[in-house]
Amino acid sequence: MNTSYPSQLLEDAVQEFSKLPGIGKKTALRLVLHLLKQNQEDVHRFGSALIRLKEEVCYCSECHNISDQSLCPICQDQNRNHKQLCVVENIREVMAVENTGQYRGVYHVLGGLISPMDGVGPSQLEIESLVARVREHEADEVILALPATMEGDTTAFYIYRKLAHLSVEITTIARGIAVGDELEYADEITLGRSITHRIVYKGN
Amino acid sequence: MQISRLSILNFKNISEAELGFSPGLNCFVGRNGEGKTNLLDALYYLAFCKSHNNPIDTHNIKHDAEFFMIQAEIHTESATMEVHCAVKRRQKKVFKFNKKEYPRLSEHIGKIPLVLVSPSDEDLIREGSEERRRFMDMVIAQYDAPYMESLVAYNKALQQRNALLKEERLQDESLFDVYEIKMDMEAEFIQKKRQAFLDGFVPVFEQYYHRISGGREAIRLEYTSHLMEGDLQSQLKSCRQRDGYLGYTTRGIHKDELKMELDGYPIKREGSQGQNKSFLIAMKLAQYDFLKQHTGVRPLLLLDDLFDKLDSHRVERIIQLVSGNDFGQIFITDTNKDHLTHLLQKTDGTYRFFHVENGSITQET
Repeated sequence: MNTSYPSQLLEDAVQEFSKLPGIGKKTALRLVLHLLKQNQEDVHRFGSALIRLKEEVCYCSECHNISDQSLCPICQDQNRNHKQLCVVENIREVMAVENTGQYRGVYHVLGGLISPMDGVGPSQLEIESLVARVREHEADEVILALPATMEGDTTAFYIYRKLAHLSVEITTIARGIAVGDELEYADEITLGRSITHRIVYKGN
Repeated sequence: MQISRLSILNFKNISEAELGFSPGLNCFVGRNGEGKTNLLDALYYLAFCKSHNNPIDTHNIKHDAEFFMIQAEIHTESATMEVHCAVKRRQKKVFKFNKKEYPRLSEHIGKIPLVLVSPSDEDLIREGSEERRRFMDMVIAQYDAPYMESLVAYNKALQQRNALLKEERLQDESLFDVYEIKMDMEAEFIQKKRQAFLDGFVPVFEQYYHRISGGREAIRLEYTSHLMEGDLQSQLKSCRQRDGYLGYTTRGIHKDELKMELDGYPIKREGSQGQNKSFLIAMKLAQYDFLKQHTGVRPLLLLDDLFDKLDSHRVERIIQLVSGNDFGQIFITDTNKDHLTHLLQKTDGTYRFFHVENGSITQET
């Protein structure tokens, strides 16, 4: 299906927008027409935000999270426990764990999960740097906060084997029934695992 | 389990049918291409939410019609239920159980236990080992949900290992370890389940074969697996290099085989068409037994084109066998009415005849 646009400029802009994930040709056209109606400054601010994002963003040299400086605010914070590392897939998980307000250690962002089928091997991820970081900083604990999928499990297992010879405690986040959920609606695998990995009831 | 009433609209060449069935044998008689198999396929569709021979739903809608509908009233000893299924062009298919729509089709599959014996069963003998593993998996999955999950997990790990084998860059040995440990773990579970299944299945199968053949031939059904030669992890590790050249994994439960032998030789080479067919029918009847045991009801049995290739003695023994008390409601197709009538008069079961002509089905009195 070839749509003809009356303007080459319009077509170019639509082309670029439709390259974004989740955006098709129709949505792209709607966004472009919307931008066209905005005043000059707004569109300039929008454009320069995108350009600066790509040109100026850097990755934290410690945890590899996206940051404005060479060391991210979390890694700079001396009140945090730098001997406790939480391993996550990407920045979204950092934000999710931060939002809980329950964690006072630092992070290590892998930048993906191991999946040879998708062309992602361990060498493309920040795994070597994790091992080096654990060794150099003599970390006490590595918390694996990875998704409960085949790829997440494989990555966790791979990291575990890479760290096993170091004297660091390796833990993984608990998996089970979500808060507020009824048992009868929980899926069988989750419930089964919750039963086998049950914990001592502390009464508080 | 019995289907007492069946309504069909626009399914394949059947425009409209409104049928009441016998709790025993139901025979559909007609010439080639009149719609006998399509009728059995409608029953199959009700049980499995898909057609046996055409996976594309819209292809099962009668040409020039907009939708098809199949509806049945089903009885078990304790309950009566109504199953309704409708497929419209360009719309999601709808399955309703007692007038309530299913949120997921997978919840329906298994509610109507059914075994189909059809000429396409021959793929089990003729095709590669994949067909025979699929047969095992299908029967086991019907009563063992963790088995299916384990199989999915194994296949994922296998695909990842295969992708790793095809990589050009320097290979990470410890990543191989990770996938191989996972495969080893799942494979052990799967192999045990398959073995346990066949330990129960083979004696039943052999007994059926002897009853069909009159006990003349020696047959064997044997399960073999690489896991019988030692643990999978070390086997996988030692063939990494060779697998790397080939680009796929040569050891594992995805290479399991179900050997079929007749008088000590592979049936694929040795068996006559009638012997092959007897072999397959015995497998299907053994599957029926398994399903009956695990569901606690007598499944529906669909026999499509049963008499083709079999001698009259075998046909007679099969009819005697299935019209006995071990089996429940049966649907059978044939081109020759006199032939069937003659056989059925020798049994004491109840039966009903239907005449199929150009997509319309009428009960004969």
